[in-house]
Amino acid sequence: MTQIKAPFRPNGTKVAGVGGYRPKRVVTNDEVAPLIDSSDQWIRERSGIIHRRFAGPDETVAEMAKLATLKALEFANIEPEKVDLLILATATNPAQLPNLAMEVTHKIGATHAGAYDLGAACSGFSYGVAAASEAILAGDAEVAVIVGSERMSDFVSQYDRGTAFLFGDGAGAFVITRDEEFKIAPPVWGADGSMAEAICMTKSWTDFQAETASEFPSLKMEGQRVFRWAITEMVQVAHAALAKAGIQVTDLGAFVPHQANQRITDHIAKSLNLPEHVAIAKDGIQMGNTTAATIPLALETLMENNEVKSGDLALIMGFGAGLSYSGQVIAIP
Amino acid sequence: MTEEQILSELAEILNEVAGVEASKVSADKSFLDDLEVDSLSMVEVVMAAEDKFGVKIPDEEVKNLRTVQDAINFIVKAQ
Repeated sequence: MTQIKAPFRPNGTKVAGVGGYRPKRVVTNDEVAPLIDSSDQWIRERSGIIHRRFAGPDETVAEMAKLATLKALEFANIEPEKVDLLILATATNPAQLPNLAMEVTHKIGATHAGAYDLGAACSGFSYGVAAASEAILAGDAEVAVIVGSERMSDFVSQYDRGTAFLFGDGAGAFVITRDEEFKIAPPVWGADGSMAEAICMTKSWTDFQAETASEFPSLKMEGQRVFRWAITEMVQVAHAALAKAGIQVTDLGAFVPHQANQRITDHIAKSLNLPEHVAIAKDGIQMGNTTAATIPLALETLMENNEVKSGDLALIMGFGAGLSYSGQVIAIP
Repeated sequence: MTEEQILSELAEILNEVAGVEASKVSADKSFLDDLEVDSLSMVEVVMAAEDKFGVKIPDEEVKNLRTVQDAINFIVKAQ
C-alpha cells in the first residue's frame, strides 16, 4: 500500500520576532473617571493603570494586527510572503463572519499562508503560541505568526464601574520558526466552564436582536471572583509550566503574565518567590488590559527597555474569560 | 472561638493584608466606607480569614459581608 509521505519535522521551535502596535490615542484616567463617578487615584490604587489607549476608526482589529505582525517579521528578518500560518487571537471581531486572520494575511502579502482566528479571550495568545509552535513541529508550517489584537473599547461599557477603567486596545505578535533546540516549552492549559459567567457579555447577539429597544451588549465581570481565581490558580499553573519546561523559578529571566491588573501580577510574582533578577512585566500600567494582546506588548516593552536579553527564559501566561488559562516558557529572541 | 476572639483575629488580618490600623477595627465598622478596604483587598481578607478560621466563604457570600459584624456572624455560623 502506498504510504503517506511523512513531513519534515524539526527538532524544536523558537520565538524569532516580537512586535507590538499601540493605538495613537492615549486615554488618561481623568478622561475615564467622570463617567463611572471615580478618580485618577481610585483607578491607580485598584489597578495600577495610569492610562490606556483606545483605537481610532482606522485602527481596526485587522489593521493593528497587520502592523504588529510586520514589526515582528522585521525583527525576525523574515519576508511576509514566507509566512505559512497566521493565527489571530481576538475576542473583539465586531462581526460574526468573516474571521479576521485572512484579512491580515492579505494585508501583509502572505499569499500562501493558512489563517484562522482563535478565541480564548485573555488566554488566547498563549494558546496561539502553542498552536503555532505545534504546527511547525508537526511539519505543517515553517514560519508561523501568532498575533493578538483587540479593540476592547468597542465592547466594554464606558459606564460600567467594574470594567470601564481596566481595558484598552492594542496588538502584539510573535513570529515562530524552526530551531535545532526547544525554545518554546509545551503549555499548561485549562478551562473551567463552571465560571463562564464570571466574565461574559451582558447578553448574546440573538437575545439582543429579540429586544429591539435593548442596550448594546457589553462586557461584564465579577471582579472579586476573577481576582481570587487568578491569584490562587495561576500560581499552580506557573509552577506546572516551569515543570513542563524542566526549569526552576531561578532559571527565569522574565515573568510576563497577562496584564489584567497590576495587583494580580504582584500577587502571583510574590507567591512564586521570583528572584530579584527576574524582570516582571508591568506594561498594563500604560496600556490597560488589552486581552489577547497584553503578553506580546509587555514582552516588547521589556525588550525595548533592555530589562531582558536575548536567550533569557520568559514565563508567559494568559488567563481570563472562560474561565480559561494557558502558559508556557519561551526563550526570548 | 468567641465573637471577641474572632474580632481580634480579624483586626490582625485587616492590618496584615490591607494595612488597616488594628485599633480602628470594631464590629460596627463597614469594610469599604469606614476601613477603606477596597473590593480586591476584601478578597485577600476573605482568603486570610478562611485560613485562620478554617471556614469556606463562597464568592457569592463576599458581597454580603458589609460590616465587620457581618463577617463575625458568618464565621460563627460556619465554624
